[in-house]
Amino acid sequence: MPGRTPEKRPEGQPAATQPQAKPAVKPSDVIVKEKVEVVQKEEKPVAEKITIGELHLSGCTGCLVTLADNYEGLFKLLDDYADLVYALTLVDVRHVPEMDVCLVEGSCCLNDKTSVEELKEARAKSKVLVAYGGCAAYGNITRFSRGGQWNQPGHEAYVPISEVVDVDLYIPSCPPCPQQVRNVAVMAYLLLRGNDEQKNLATAYLTPLMQLAQRGNEACGCDLLYDVINQGLCMGCGTCAGTCPVRAITMEYGKPNVNRDLCIKCGACYAQCPRSWFNFDVMNNYEGIMDAINGAMQ
Amino acid sequence: MDVLGNYKSVISARSTDKDITKKSQDGGIITTLFAYALEEGIIDGAIVAGPGDEPWKPEPVVATTKAELLAAAGTRYTISPNLNLIKEATRSYGLDRVGIVGTPCQMQAVRKAQLYPIGMRDVDDKIALALGIFCMENLSYQALEAIVEDHCNQKMESVKKMDIGKGKFTVYTERGAVSQMPLKLLSKYVQPGCNVCLDYVANLADISSGSVGSPDGWSTVFVRSMKGNAVWDGAIAADLFETKPMDQVKPGLDLVTKLATEKITKNQKNVDARKTFGLKADGTAKGLRNPYETP
Ligand code: SF4
Ligand code: SF4
Repeated sequence: MPGRTPEKRPEGQPAATQPQAKPAVKPSDVIVKEKVEVVQKEEKPVAEKITIGELHLSGCTGCLVTLADNYEGLFKLLDDYADLVYALTLVDVRHVPEMDVCLVEGSCCLNDKTSVEELKEARAKSKVLVAYGGCAAYGNITRFSRGGQWNQPGHEAYVPISEVVDVDLYIPSCPPCPQQVRNVAVMAYLLLRGNDEQKNLATAYLTPLMQLAQRGNEACGCDLLYDVINQGLCMGCGTCAGTCPVRAITMEYGKPNVNRDLCIKCGACYAQCPRSWFNFDVMNNYEGIMDAINGAMQ
Repeated sequence: MDVLGNYKSVISARSTDKDITKKSQDGGIITTLFAYALEEGIIDGAIVAGPGDEPWKPEPVVATTKAELLAAAGTRYTISPNLNLIKEATRSYGLDRVGIVGTPCQMQAVRKAQLYPIGMRDVDDKIALALGIFCMENLSYQALEAIVEDHCNQKMESVKKMDIGKGKFTVYTERGAVSQMPLKLLSKYVQPGCNVCLDYVANLADISSGSVGSPDGWSTVFVRSMKGNAVWDGAIAADLFETKPMDQVKPGLDLVTKLATEKITKNQKNVDARKTFGLKADGTAKGLRNPYETP
């Protein structure tokens, strides 16, 4: 798979500056290119907000529900930081609009023209395109589709969205976690509307999730074998086993054992493993960052 | 960053609770802090290394009483995958405030789970107290077995106590036998993942503790975060610890700094060596994956 072999990985650069060298459109490039557009609304001065949309492709709506699972946090986000401009059932907008951040839920069915067109339109109209959840990022459970299902038996080819469009950022897992999408939304706000310091923080925070998008679109519990244990990096912390949403991983004698038949290929275990990536520049400031996020949500 | 991480204070301490000091090899810091936090309602339960299904094999458990904490007290020589229980504790047990103890790398895992809760739903605000233990390196269970049963020629189930110190790995059996292995043989048994670890004193814990730097029966304690500070102050006010300033104990903080520097320097070299591990066709170096740069 392209981009997976170790020699293709850039070396020796600090994590925070790395993505600029990568081919896909990066949020940081975009802010330079496109000036912040002012979204005007009557009641409140909301010019500072960013716009977020959710494009629903072949997913189960669990990702969208996850967004709502932030409860008051979602209202806070919508009050102060972001306008939700597109989302199934939540927003009465028929056609994909221009937006700062587009969260794409679900994989893309190649046999469904509308899906492909909407995905391309979303790419064209958004500054940051996020593969939101395991299906969009890695195919997840839809990897197992062989078609023939009622009532669209011809729909059988489902691919992670990066097969069709360039993707800036991944939020893996099935479903993703409310707090993770919240953190990305807050950081996207800081990236697009913040001062220099906030932009730097947001860039550093978002970098590993952008690097995940560069890493490839195949995920499996096997990644723990290939890219952690086989690489001599596993120290047996147990995070992967605690993370897996389908309990496909058990810790046996201090190392993860993956039940590969149970694995739905959501990518959560590898992304959560502290040895897939660990960015000291961000983690060493965990207290301040968590305070900042909590403060933003008050 | 400094090899000892950020901290608000460092102190030498031991528990005043005799039940606890009887059971623990050092100052009983972790057990005492969790017992205090349970009592005060700062945590509803703590993820600790309990006894597993084989002798000396730790198994993470959620302790909700002091008795359960005591059953789990003492040093382990093989890592207990405590992070495995985080979602279990918050979701299955429904705990709102969780304590967790772990090695430096496990404290890193905790902070990553909080800052990037990719598969850790509703966990970030429920970690109420993360306690770290100093760690030079860890062994797999099978490595521990090889040391005890092969090198020391004792059965795992007959071992009463294990100890590292004075250049030896020492095993004490129930029947009074003492067997030793020189520590320099240990390196081949160290988990490979430990060789890239860049943290000795659990820099990202709320409070971290270990025996190094303090006299026998005492522990060195770093109080690091706001949360850690509040808990530590409370425990001190409740007279749960005897303390001495670090500059008045032997061997003191210099030894901690020395060992931390040694570990991190050695392992940073290992991390760097991965970059030029192999060879490409054009004669340039081919690297292994570096988790500190990119996933
Ligand atoms: S093992 Fe579990 S967490 Fe990992 S990819 Fe498979 S389903 Fe997801
Ligand atoms: S999460 Fe921990 S136990 Fe699992 S593969 Fe990563 S380092 Fe190993």
